[in-house]
Amino acid sequence: MTPFALDVSHLLAGSLVLLSFMMLYQARMLGLINVFALHAVALVLAILWQGYIQGAPSLFITATIALVVKAIVIPVALRRIVIQLGVHRTIETVVGIGPTMLVGIALVGLSMVVMLGVTTESDPLAREDLALALSVILLGLLMMVSRRNAVTQVIGFMSIENGLILAAAGARGMPLIVEISVAFSILVAFIVIGIFLFRIRERFDTVDVQALDRFRGEQSG
Amino acid sequence: MIPMLDPVMLVLIIPAVAAAVLVLLPTYELAARVNVAATFMTFISALGLFALPERPNGLLLIDDLNIVFIVLTTFVGFTTSIFSSGYIAHELEIGRLTPLYLRFYHAMYQLLMFGMNLALTANVTGLMWVAIELATLTTVLMVGIYRTHEALEAAWKYFILGSVGIGLALFGTILVYVAAQPVIGEGIDAMRWTVLLDNAARFDPSLLNVAFIFLLLGYGTKVGLAPLHAWLPDAHAEGPTPISAVLSGLLLNVALYAVLRFKILLAANGQAIAPGPLMVAMGLTSLVFAAFMLYRRRDIKRLFAYSSIEHMGIIAFAFGMGGPLANFAGLLHMTMHSLTKSAIFFSIGHITRIKGTQRIADIGGLTESHPTLGWTLVVGVVAIAGLPPFGIFTSEFLIISSTFSREPLLAIPLVFGILIAVGALFLRLNGLAFGEPLGPLAPNRMSYLPMFAHFILVLIAGIYLPAPIVLWFQNVAGMLG
Repeated sequence: MTPFALDVSHLLAGSLVLLSFMMLYQARMLGLINVFALHAVALVLAILWQGYIQGAPSLFITATIALVVKAIVIPVALRRIVIQLGVHRTIETVVGIGPTMLVGIALVGLSMVVMLGVTTESDPLAREDLALALSVILLGLLMMVSRRNAVTQVIGFMSIENGLILAAAGARGMPLIVEISVAFSILVAFIVIGIFLFRIRERFDTVDVQALDRFRGEQSG
Repeated sequence: MIPMLDPVMLVLIIPAVAAAVLVLLPTYELAARVNVAATFMTFISALGLFALPERPNGLLLIDDLNIVFIVLTTFVGFTTSIFSSGYIAHELEIGRLTPLYLRFYHAMYQLLMFGMNLALTANVTGLMWVAIELATLTTVLMVGIYRTHEALEAAWKYFILGSVGIGLALFGTILVYVAAQPVIGEGIDAMRWTVLLDNAARFDPSLLNVAFIFLLLGYGTKVGLAPLHAWLPDAHAEGPTPISAVLSGLLLNVALYAVLRFKILLAANGQAIAPGPLMVAMGLTSLVFAAFMLYRRRDIKRLFAYSSIEHMGIIAFAFGMGGPLANFAGLLHMTMHSLTKSAIFFSIGHITRIKGTQRIADIGGLTESHPTLGWTLVVGVVAIAGLPPFGIFTSEFLIISSTFSREPLLAIPLVFGILIAVGALFLRLNGLAFGEPLGPLAPNRMSYLPMFAHFILVLIAGIYLPAPIVLWFQNVAGMLG
């Protein structure tokens, strides 16, 4: 493995982490969707580079799926949904942006410490890649818990998925990666279609766990 | 042997074909019958696995451990389809579901059976993950099928927590591959259980440790272990009752099966952390937490959903303790819980159909107004509470006694949790089954057969466990280490 090949793969994986941070501070829904599309493009480039340096043609298929589904179809569909439902103005946050960013930095530090610590004997290609992928996953989780709205949660989930595909692409010769990305795409597509078809308008007001308990009469107030 | 008639292929092909056929069938009577016939044939094929001349270990795997799971899954799948045909006819009558949704429902039911059977037979970690994801997706769609505000909210919560769970599980699966790849080499072999187990001793233990944490959290979400259980009560309460029965009885087991496979792998490595204490901790937390939560339930399906969390906690605890006796008890408890809990959900399906409500406060005096239904509910609660002469008593007794002999301190929270849960269940049962009859008194027109079949099996297991089953479970318990 030439140092150049490693450097480029780190650069691409690192840019995914950077874009994850950018998603955390978006105040408007449409901006968030745009950043997510960029996130997907960065993922596609990272997969293509991995496919090239590993000589693994199956990764090109994965990259194509990611490009079509996550960089084009889903952002366009989500854009239409949020405009139609009139929720594109602002994003409701549970925690402020500042504290969220600080927690995000701590999570990236954590994943570096954990993954670099345990992968000392692994393939150098997989090492930093796994650490950066875990950062993307944890930042996605952070986004899911710190935003209330359903669309932001779907985007958070899809960025977790991007992190997982990044990790799988970095694991040299990992089989079934195409199948896994297809399975993920179906999952996400079903949910986006579900939101779209059912027009669950009130769904966008809250995904507050306690609200459900109130509906069911399990809790007062 | 002709490949198509191979029972291993049949347990996968029958549900897959049935799902495709059921999408096309327009009338629900025929669809319900096809659904029952398909699950019955799948069950018969699953029994054929015992007589398999040569057990596969390529992409699919059959061993003593997963046969237990497959037979249980296909059996409960079969009885639930009988219950479902009566239940669904009623839903159509009152207009909660339209014929189009029913087509979708039946196809999803078969797809779920396919997903679970594939997860149980897969020899490749990645394939197992894809199968569990498929099963999750089908159940998410079925939980939301009534499209009420509550049902969509429940399906959403289930989707979000479930997919985060399977996301974490995938990261764990990738890490196991990364640990195996330097030893085994690139490609599918580094994901095969059989190959992984043979080479486990040479894997990097620290990487396996991190992988197991992700796998336990990920699949543990699907098992419904606290603190990752939040989706479970809502999904049980808002979906159709047959789906609650299949969720509690089967899907939780399938996720547990995945955890057990990776536990065996870690044990085979030797230097990695012992996975047992983690499972014991999560199991006990779930047990005690769910036991207390049982007291605050006002919805009958939620009540028994929390009871499922409690029992999955006990099962995870037993497997976490490990050793021949605790593993044996864990397996027995899992089987008995599946049979009992799905039968209880059948009974709840009858009750909510007659009463038109799931609120516990609006249901009362069942033994007086509907003696058969009322007394079977009493039998069900007695069985699930772990009182003799039912099978759960045997397994809980074995778990408690083996814990007392090995780790007496752990037995204290275990017994405490079980007793708290028993108290809550009887408190609620008292209102449901005795006293003044409340609510509508219409007679029940649905078949009791599936429910009786399950209770009779649980009763027989409590009184006398046939020697071949004991031998089989002992063998599997040895495998689990």
